[in-house]
Amino acid sequence: MKLLIKGGRVIDPANGIDGIRDVLIVDGLIVKVEENINEEADEQIEAEGKIVAPGFIDMHVHLREPGFEHKETIASGTRAAAAGGFTAVVCMPNTNPVADNKAVVSFIKQKAEQEGKVKVYPVGNVTKGAQGEELTEIGELKAAGVVALSDDGKPVHNGEIMRRALEYAQMFQLPIISHCEDLNLVASGYMHEGYISTVLGLRGIPAAAEEVMVARDIILAELTGSPVHIAHISTAGSVRLVREAKARGIKITAEATPHHFTLTDEAVIGYNTATKVNPPLRSSRHREAILEALADGTIEVIATDHAPHAREEKEVEYAYAPNGMVGLETAVPLMVTQLIHTGILDWSEAIAKLTINPAKILNLPLGTLSAGSPADVTIIDPEKEAVVDPARFQSMGKNTPFAGWELKGWPVYTIVNGRVVMADGKILE
Amino acid sequence: MWKRKDLLGLKELSADEINLILDTAVPMKDIIKREIKKVPTLRGRSMVTLFYEPSTRTRTSFEIAAKYLSADTSSLTVATSSVVKGETLIDTGKTIEVMGADVIVIRHEAAGAPHLLAQRIKSRVINAGDGMHEHPTQGLLDMFTIREKKGKLADLKIAILGDILHSRVARSNIWGLTKFGAKVRVVGPSTLLPKEVQRMGVEVFQSAEEALKDVDVINVLRVQRERQKKGLLPSLREYSNLYGLDRKRLALAKPDALVMHPGPMNRGVEIMPDVYDSLHSVVDEQVTNGVAVRMAILYLLMGGKNVNEVVN
Repeated sequence: MKLLIKGGRVIDPANGIDGIRDVLIVDGLIVKVEENINEEADEQIEAEGKIVAPGFIDMHVHLREPGFEHKETIASGTRAAAAGGFTAVVCMPNTNPVADNKAVVSFIKQKAEQEGKVKVYPVGNVTKGAQGEELTEIGELKAAGVVALSDDGKPVHNGEIMRRALEYAQMFQLPIISHCEDLNLVASGYMHEGYISTVLGLRGIPAAAEEVMVARDIILAELTGSPVHIAHISTAGSVRLVREAKARGIKITAEATPHHFTLTDEAVIGYNTATKVNPPLRSSRHREAILEALADGTIEVIATDHAPHAREEKEVEYAYAPNGMVGLETAVPLMVTQLIHTGILDWSEAIAKLTINPAKILNLPLGTLSAGSPADVTIIDPEKEAVVDPARFQSMGKNTPFAGWELKGWPVYTIVNGRVVMADGKILE
Repeated sequence: MWKRKDLLGLKELSADEINLILDTAVPMKDIIKREIKKVPTLRGRSMVTLFYEPSTRTRTSFEIAAKYLSADTSSLTVATSSVVKGETLIDTGKTIEVMGADVIVIRHEAAGAPHLLAQRIKSRVINAGDGMHEHPTQGLLDMFTIREKKGKLADLKIAILGDILHSRVARSNIWGLTKFGAKVRVVGPSTLLPKEVQRMGVEVFQSAEEALKDVDVINVLRVQRERQKKGLLPSLREYSNLYGLDRKRLALAKPDALVMHPGPMNRGVEIMPDVYDSLHSVVDEQVTNGVAVRMAILYLLMGGKNVNEVVN
């Protein structure tokens, strides 16, 4: 099976490529990326005017299965990923039961193989039951196929447990993805603490609730020499801490979500529960710090924190709504519209944050168009304009504050192992 | 002319809209003073109070206001409501709507609950207090009382004293009063002052003595005992020592200063009994004016055009 992608602007940050090239794929592997490949192919994609990139990896999604299949399933979540231009997703373990054991991890992998449209890499829990008290059987989780550890949704509050987790996980080359939140400082807050929370009368979550945990994890990363990846970083103070830690050579990486680099807490005005996320949407000062950190490389990953919820769960009073918004199907156009068309990032920098950077953090053999690599490819039409319409989402979750937004720069092809799974927004069966 | 479907807060109201309510409340107050306190204006209309938080005075005030205008009233309280059965606010609201309620008066512990309801049902919605957000009818009755006693709102110095952070009354007062050029000060312990509250157009004080100097009005807020448990206050004793309105602190204000309180009061904590019983206190008038203002709001929301048709 030969697939030839002709005449696109190939951007492969892993190999320093940015130019008009053809990409030849044979039997699911990249064979060559060159100018003017003239070979007979079974299938050819004309990519003039399009961006051809290594397949995008979303290293932070919630697929909700097992346990919350009314919100999302592995089937629907991976269709959403394919629709959004992602060829691989890394799914968080806060399912029911949680992924703190081999059985759940194996179930997720098996389901993904049977029903998944894109590649699925599970994250295992740091602690049993995500209770923050006892380490999981990390060796067994690694053997079952987890690519990282996290109690995402919750912090590992106990510093001693976090220290031991970092030390132990090192033996298995598993990074820990840290959900940084001091729950005492959160103190039942619902949104960013600032002027808008004052006006709306919603309890605020101070930026410090995130920052004290980021500081702790940096100190523990230094103590143990183990890598820590800061999930969904959202504040100026966190960014400053990460930047300083990197300068000192500490193994710390960070991701930002499209909603944190696009929206501020002003989006909460009107009490739209689609804006209720954790960490909360911050003020413009914090958003600007996130943009700066994306530009200077302090934040090397863009991840969605795709968090689908059922309609009835979000159609309640703001205080009672669950945290989270869907992100897989809007991430790429938000990135292109907010970061590339505005000049904050160039294409190569942006694509690196969705390809080679997450692949390196998670030790995945992905994120590149090198010959011999799995043929995962994302093709974007940088000029395509469309309005976000949740009714057309593949995800079961429609909880997005971007409904009705006109965005420019949409994925038009998603190719997994040399097979086209999405073309022009349609999922191919 | 009143054009809004709902009354959700004072932030979004214009000064003209607020004036319309306050002006309409003047003849309403005359009705309250009559021997026969009933006019047929809203006969055949219905108001339902939907209270998710306990409240006696606000709910009763609304019910009396509706009855004086001959509207039918029903009330639903949380203990008997379907919340315990797992029904959502929207479903409860829709049920009340299809029973024919013209107006739903809602009190809820969650900020924004009236907005959610207003977006999803056709009945008119009045916010009777939502979490820490707004309490617009209290704000309006406070403004009505001040205007009645002082003849104006512009340029008055008004201190709001106490737990500003958790107070929906404070927020409605601030939005309403500042629209008319009143100089609003907020004062309380730093743990009970919300972030960046000065951006709402107020001056912020931590010292009661400084804040009360030369003010025309002191609006004292209730302090809740649970604040101590949450680490926001070391003790009610210390709060009272630092912020309780006693004779000495009252003397810092203008000689004819008004003392207001939205009730219910913790006598001896945020306000001393002798201050409450002094001639400065207009707390009883606030309660009467509350009925007048709520009559005005019900009248305007249910399509009233010419207030003379009510009083004549």
